[in-house]
Amino acid sequence: MTPAETAETPTPVSGTEVMTYREALRLALREELQRDERVFIMGEEVGVFEGAYKVTAGLLAEFGPDRVRDTPISEEGFVGAGVGAAMIGERPVVEIMTINFLLVAMDQVVNHAAKIGAMFGGEVRCPLVIRTPNGAGNQLTAQHSQSFEGWFAATPGLKVVAPANPADAKGLLKSAIRDDDPVLVVENLAIYKERGEVPLDPEHLVPIGLARVAREGADITLVAHGFATVRALHVAERLKRDHGVDAEVVDLRSLRPLDVDTVVESVTKTNRAVCIEEGWPTYGVTAELAARIQKACFDDLDAPVERVGMAEVPLPYAKGLETAAMPNEDRIAAAVLTTLGLRG
Amino acid sequence: MTTVAKSTLLELWEQMLLIRHFETETERAYKAALIGGYCHLSSGQEAATVGTMHALGSDDLLITGYRCHGFALARGVAPEAVMAELFGRAGGCAHGRGGSMHLLDVERGYYGGWGIVAGQLPLATGLALALVRQGRQQCVLCELGDGAINMGAWHESLNLAAVWRLPVVFLVMNNAYGMGTSVERASAVTDLHRRAAAYDIPSLRVDGDDLLAVVEASSSLLSGARSERVPAVLELVTYRYRGHSVADPGFAYRSAEEIEEHMHRDPIQRVRALLVEEGLADAELEGVEHAAQERVAAAVEWARADPPPAVSELARGMYAPGSAAQFARMLAGAPFGERELVFAGGLGQ
Repeated sequence: MTPAETAETPTPVSGTEVMTYREALRLALREELQRDERVFIMGEEVGVFEGAYKVTAGLLAEFGPDRVRDTPISEEGFVGAGVGAAMIGERPVVEIMTINFLLVAMDQVVNHAAKIGAMFGGEVRCPLVIRTPNGAGNQLTAQHSQSFEGWFAATPGLKVVAPANPADAKGLLKSAIRDDDPVLVVENLAIYKERGEVPLDPEHLVPIGLARVAREGADITLVAHGFATVRALHVAERLKRDHGVDAEVVDLRSLRPLDVDTVVESVTKTNRAVCIEEGWPTYGVTAELAARIQKACFDDLDAPVERVGMAEVPLPYAKGLETAAMPNEDRIAAAVLTTLGLRG
Repeated sequence: MTTVAKSTLLELWEQMLLIRHFETETERAYKAALIGGYCHLSSGQEAATVGTMHALGSDDLLITGYRCHGFALARGVAPEAVMAELFGRAGGCAHGRGGSMHLLDVERGYYGGWGIVAGQLPLATGLALALVRQGRQQCVLCELGDGAINMGAWHESLNLAAVWRLPVVFLVMNNAYGMGTSVERASAVTDLHRRAAAYDIPSLRVDGDDLLAVVEASSSLLSGARSERVPAVLELVTYRYRGHSVADPGFAYRSAEEIEEHMHRDPIQRVRALLVEEGLADAELEGVEHAAQERVAAAVEWARADPPPAVSELARGMYAPGSAAQFARMLAGAPFGERELVFAGGLGQ
């Protein structure tokens, strides 16, 4: 424990409470702000406006403008400021309104934050957290409907997590804040309103690099992260009801480090895999999964590994086109049935 | 006009000589293939480098671009550690991971040479923000080249520094060319410090080859940043004798006469003249120069003898200690060689 952390041992808190994903994130932020003076929040509209998606609502009033810092619209500037502050011991939590805007700060994330540890031979660390939602579905159109987490997960030096439910949102965000490396926490626009049981214990941490079997099943493995996990779970219930298919759902939770072991254990049991992501699959998270599954499970596979993601077009505005392009439940179900040989 | 004690002036002159000879030897070693990669020399810029480093307090922080050998040396990093880094050796200041562009010394508050033009400016504002949050009355000096002021990061960083009153001085080393493009061809405003007016922060433009003028201007702006949290821009007008990097002969965009003209106003000779005025004898000055050469020669020998970093430590430093456990479940189906090179190479240990 460092001197800046609270010296007293936290009182164990038991029990859970049903809350939204957004509230779970807020709870994690509040607990970590209380626990560690070095933690501060920075981003566009996080303070007075109470967050573009209301994740930080109430925190300015509780912690003041030094801990909850509004920034100008300067993503490269304030992401870089987060990197610099982290280099001398602060623990900045930078909010980027959506992952689309993180591209403006790509140089600071990929060329700076990700390089610090290795390029300086371990002499400096960068305990930075960047929180940002990906996702589509609200007719936000081509520039505001993207999911780039695969780009960041492809970068050695970064860690990337993508919680799929409120409990993991709390536990992974807290782990990210306490981690000594730059961690990108990928949220999702549609998932903020999802509800679930959340442990109230301020020491509820979800380890980085550990996937979760979100639903047990014997017939096929669905691998997903973030909101795609929510979709996969819905599809699994529907397939059970309509086709008697018993699908297992693996929620990756972390993308880098990637828990391939949990995926392999599942595929070894079910012999079939469909990988799902919100973003474009070509060169994507599902491409990486397919490569690793075919190598690790070559003798266990009864069908080619299938992938479902965003159709590879800039997302259009018209509702019907948008829905058709997304990795919606109909498309996931069709992929599963095809992989099982149940669909012509 | 700032006056510095004779003994101090002599020390600063020694540092300037050390940098000049270091750069000369570096170019020689590069051409002998002992140094690889990009390598940017700063010969001709010694007064600007040494003067600002003299004004920077030992508790203050420094961050620079990639033309950074001189800054590391003037900040007190051992020439052995710098030369070993250029040689890609384990004893280099970044353990052979950074090379010429990525020198650093955290103990001396030097948070790195950075290789993306203007990328270090946002970092500098973050360092300054952290100083404020930590209640430390220190400041940050952020070095950049004249080419960096045309990047968006310049605008965003100066604006943030002004809006948040951050203790940071942006030091523009105006050596007349961003790579091969002259300031006149690159910037709508050629008195670069005037750009600071857009952010309503103080700025100065000074002859960067005049050591005492550099000390005076940088002391004043750094002091304002340190004690009043006033960010500022300091433009030092200087000149690099060599090309953009050792791969550039430096003649495509400027004439031999132009270079010659600047060499006649050499900053090292200007300080030497001051020392002669102060009564130092030629023999003494020659002794100092000889000592600088010896110092550099010793650094080269040390670097030659220093072992290269072990491949068994390939992944050293990439992730924080303790991260190995987080990556323990990532090996299945990994690409060829990942286990041997990365996982066995010190990942997160």
